[in-house]
Amino acid sequence: MTPGFSYRRAASIKDAVTGISEGNGRILAGGTDLLGCLRDSVFTTNMVVSITGIKELKRIDETPGGGLSIGALATITEISESPVIRERYPALAQAAAEVASPQLRNQGTIGGNLCQKPRCWYYRGEFHCLRKGGDRCYAVAGENHYHCIFGGNGCYIVHPSDTAPALIVYGAEATIAGPAGMRKVSLENFFVPPAKEVTKETVLEAGEIVTAIVLPPPLAGLKSSYRKIRSRQSWDFALAGVALALRTSNGRVTDARIVLSGAAPVPWRLVDAENALIGKVPDPDSAKYTAALSVKDAQPLKHNAYKIPLFKGLIEEEVVNISQA
Amino acid sequence: MSSDADKHECSCGKGLTRRQFLTSAGAGALIVTASGHLGKDQEASAAVIKSGEETKITLLINGKQFQMLVEPRWSLLYVLREELGFTATKEGCGRGECGACTVLIDGMPRYACMTLAVEAEGVEITTVEGLMKGEDLGPVQKAFVEHDAFQCGYCTPGQIMAVEGLLRKEPDPTVGQIRQGVSGNLCRCGAYPHIIDAARRAAEMKKSGAL
Repeated sequence: MTPGFSYRRAASIKDAVTGISEGNGRILAGGTDLLGCLRDSVFTTNMVVSITGIKELKRIDETPGGGLSIGALATITEISESPVIRERYPALAQAAAEVASPQLRNQGTIGGNLCQKPRCWYYRGEFHCLRKGGDRCYAVAGENHYHCIFGGNGCYIVHPSDTAPALIVYGAEATIAGPAGMRKVSLENFFVPPAKEVTKETVLEAGEIVTAIVLPPPLAGLKSSYRKIRSRQSWDFALAGVALALRTSNGRVTDARIVLSGAAPVPWRLVDAENALIGKVPDPDSAKYTAALSVKDAQPLKHNAYKIPLFKGLIEEEVVNISQA
Repeated sequence: MSSDADKHECSCGKGLTRRQFLTSAGAGALIVTASGHLGKDQEASAAVIKSGEETKITLLINGKQFQMLVEPRWSLLYVLREELGFTATKEGCGRGECGACTVLIDGMPRYACMTLAVEAEGVEITTVEGLMKGEDLGPVQKAFVEHDAFQCGYCTPGQIMAVEGLLRKEPDPTVGQIRQGVSGNLCRCGAYPHIIDAARRAAEMKKSGAL
């Protein structure tokens, strides 16, 4: 049985902000991560604030400038099936379709997918680890098969979201409501690496909630994709995932974005590899070179060095696939 | 399964079928009202329900309304099984991983273990019991029996609801779509090939209007 909590059904965004500002309130949207965390005692809360009655958070609207605003309560299924997302932001639709299981996609929301807690089994288990305010990371000397190869610094989780890398390749922003009003944060800067603050996953401050994700208009001619590798073909988190976006002019790459999932404590952008692609013809040779460059800074732990050839192969294949698409 | 098979009287000698007996035994102290208006009385209310306190909710399950008192922390699964006696819906992992508790919410498969009962007001909830046509099995249930799509049977109600949800969305699914559709439901006995065959058969039965 889930530990007890008080429950408040927010009637508005302002009401939700007020609700979680009191005590250690937590937002309930799809609930698929919140209830799991409460049952596993990952954290406790005395107040669950449900935002599911706030209709404006469910909308997917085209913005006046030709972009798209996705309400935080849009379900992962709605995103994977939205005709406008499939046509204009295919990597996002593909990533959403790869999330968890049909049931969880019907229930889970985009806001929750971005704000979910990490899946490290020490963090989720009965270990008072660094991220939970303890004094050590148990994964370093432990079972670290599914941990990070980039960006580990004291804590070696991987970021569990599939949709985050896809949103970052399109330059999406999160709209955040809080006690001080609204603010916008680029999704690339939304996630907090352990080197900066090890007990936080996002830049959200006390009392703040994500209300929407805003995508700019897609660049003309941009090709994009998301591909996920997991240890079985369904219902699992990524061992390795890559969101890729390329634009070419006269056969040469003019814009490139490569963002990884399952690689680092935050969605991991490979700026050096992106820059190496600019000006190149996206052929098998440049794909191979880009892939090798992508993993050059990897720092595997004892049990996860397999991720290096996995990411390398994945990136190489995807650069070729997307240029031929 | 013929309807006769299910009409054996229970040994209590009161002329109840097994199903009627189980349903009435589980119904406890709840109030059943006729199916009707669904809306929430307190749509815009921000009232706080304190931890441990119970609040009155109305759930629409298999076309009937049920009013009851629930704590905020109670899952829909707990309420279905322990408060209302809808025991077809099973608890497996209790953490959104196995699919044994799959029910339809507004026609879509979801995990009842990861849904709070207080959040399930104002939606249509369908459990395996709701697929019955009186004492007869519905098409997905019949197809599972025909294709021997289970061994121990524990995951079966969840599998059936996942297939039912899939067929409501995609009446003529490919094998790939079926695999996707039941990918959130684990079967420890490994009856997957038969489950996929049963889903195909259920699609045919539904299409032909067979019940």
